[in-house]
Amino acid sequence: MEAFKTVTAKVMPLDRANVDTDAIIPKQFLKSIRRAGFGPYLFDEWRYEDIGEPEMDCSNRPLKKDFVLNNPDYQGAKILLTRENFGCGSSREHAPWALDDYGFRAVIAPSFADIFFNNCFKNGILPIVLSAEVVDSLFKDVAAGYQLVINLGAQTIVTPQGEVIQFDVDAARKYRLYNGLDDIALTLLQADKIKAYEAERAKRAPWLFV
Amino acid sequence: MSEKTLYDKLWDDHVVHTEDDGASLIYIDRQLIHEVTSPQAFESLRLAGRKPWNTQRNLAVADHNVPTTNRKQKIPDPIARLQVETLDKNCAEFGITEFDMDDVRQGIVHVMGPEQGATLPGMTIVCGDSHTSTHGASGALAFGIGTSEVELALATQCLTQKKSKNFLIKVNGSVGAGITAKDIVLAIIGEIGTAGGTGYTIEFAGTAITDLSMEGRMTVCNMAIEAGARAGLVAVDEITIDYYRGRPYSPKGEHWLMAEREWQKLHSDDGAVFDKVVELNAAEIKPQVTWGTSPEMVVAIDAKVPNPADELDSVKQQGMINALKYMGLEFNQPINEIKIDKVFIGSCTNSRIEDLRAAASIVKGKKKADSVSLAMIVPGSGLVKQQAEKEGLDKIFIDAGFEWREPGCSMCLAMNADKLLAGERCASTSNRNFEGRQGYGGRTHLVSPAMAAAAGIAGHFVDIREWV
Ligand code: SF4
Repeated sequence: MEAFKTVTAKVMPLDRANVDTDAIIPKQFLKSIRRAGFGPYLFDEWRYEDIGEPEMDCSNRPLKKDFVLNNPDYQGAKILLTRENFGCGSSREHAPWALDDYGFRAVIAPSFADIFFNNCFKNGILPIVLSAEVVDSLFKDVAAGYQLVINLGAQTIVTPQGEVIQFDVDAARKYRLYNGLDDIALTLLQADKIKAYEAERAKRAPWLFV
Repeated sequence: MSEKTLYDKLWDDHVVHTEDDGASLIYIDRQLIHEVTSPQAFESLRLAGRKPWNTQRNLAVADHNVPTTNRKQKIPDPIARLQVETLDKNCAEFGITEFDMDDVRQGIVHVMGPEQGATLPGMTIVCGDSHTSTHGASGALAFGIGTSEVELALATQCLTQKKSKNFLIKVNGSVGAGITAKDIVLAIIGEIGTAGGTGYTIEFAGTAITDLSMEGRMTVCNMAIEAGARAGLVAVDEITIDYYRGRPYSPKGEHWLMAEREWQKLHSDDGAVFDKVVELNAAEIKPQVTWGTSPEMVVAIDAKVPNPADELDSVKQQGMINALKYMGLEFNQPINEIKIDKVFIGSCTNSRIEDLRAAASIVKGKKKADSVSLAMIVPGSGLVKQQAEKEGLDKIFIDAGFEWREPGCSMCLAMNADKLLAGERCASTSNRNFEGRQGYGGRTHLVSPAMAAAAGIAGHFVDIREWV
């Protein structure tokens, strides 16, 4: 997993609430057995006029001009600014894979759905919760070329005007993301504790250990 | 404080280790695996040279991509076929039990688990699927995870989590005739919103909940995720214990007696404190129909499509305007005048035997409306299908012009050939009415099985209370 230290990047405004994972990556793409290559299909139904199919070449597909991903002003953005309850719906990790593959490193919203929020951290994407007021003011300011500097170490976002916005992040998640660490290796460090737990539980609930 | 909620008990029972910041390593008793969210997890395990911690703790089934017709042939879609074959291959390689497509036990992962007794009271249960919350109906802590966590649970039998808060939803009193678990949970979501449960584990209680069968409780917990909560719970009682008696994976003999004693403790203590409590009066719950593209966009059958102008929150108002446009509806349109093109009765929300019985009792002796192009019944598992056929339900459906299909997720998410066409409107017993969920441009109205069946007969939504 790619470590996340400081990201300085353009912001793309996606002014919708309750963006669900079906919208982020429609189900037909979930048939893939790979982890990469979902970027061209990110927001497929909102982005293209035609119906996307897995492994389709997207370079000549007709675009929906009014969708923000197709707006030339925001090309190259690595920060997605959006509204409440982002990532609701299915648990598909293809959603953060698609965001990551497209190039997003951070998503800013007033709230996120739990599973999606968790999945982001596992894939090197930083989901940042800011108050609805702050998100609203960012939406007002964002325009072509608008850049933010996100510093995970300091837990700050710096606006082009030099304003510093502080954000919260869980310490353990921050540590893993900042260092790009693998969850399994970290967990296996506790293997003795897991075995001890199993031995003790087998006495209380032996039917689970037959 | 010694009084604990059910969630507190389940949590405390599974903590392996807690870090200073409160993040805990939680032991996972059962992982269910399906074809869509597992291939990348197995691939990573293989690349890292790792093995599952305990193969016995896992159980796999293909459900999302499988065809619901003509199982004898191979899956025609080559990409879907590769995904299902990849599951077969991974399970064989890692030594994990799988119910394959020809096995009568095959079915939707959340129907198969309880049916086999593979998910039991008191367990922690995970699956790479958000509707894992279903299994909480048995007093188990069950929640959906992403593929990275599927891999983590395979490799370590644990996950790292922070404890969520406790939310009690009490549905007091009794529901009226024709009102089902689906109506109860849709009414709850209408009340608290799709983010109302975010950060919480919801315990559903009250007589309207405890009066439900296990099937009904599963319907309610299934949609906890639609209320924003990763997990839903119902306390264990005699109904729970009776349900698990004699199931293939249930404890046997002496172990059963021990388990039964332990399971009796799986309820919130009197005086346990919840962080949030919402109460509903069951008698006020009417048959529910969603009109929009989020499960919280729901009203009663005798209501009208709401007017966005009445919504004060501008973000919500815009959401309503978008939803009406997508759904092809006008505000103030009476719900019972909305005409439908298709009926889908199935999904892990409503494809159990009780759901099929409810739908069959409505269509018996009647005929599907000519204006309805397709009404399909997709049983939740091969065993549900078998039972329904034993009771003659398949004949009732077929005589009424409904199609009787093979088990799987089917048009709940339209990954296989069962899809809505753009603009088609469906009365569906599934759990999500998101844009494109049941097919590109398709329009979904979430309802109970009886309501869906009745809409298939009438050609538009009808108040089921007038039919029962
Ligand atoms: S039936 Fe629908 S909601 Fe349930 S597991 Fe299958 S796709 Fe998911």
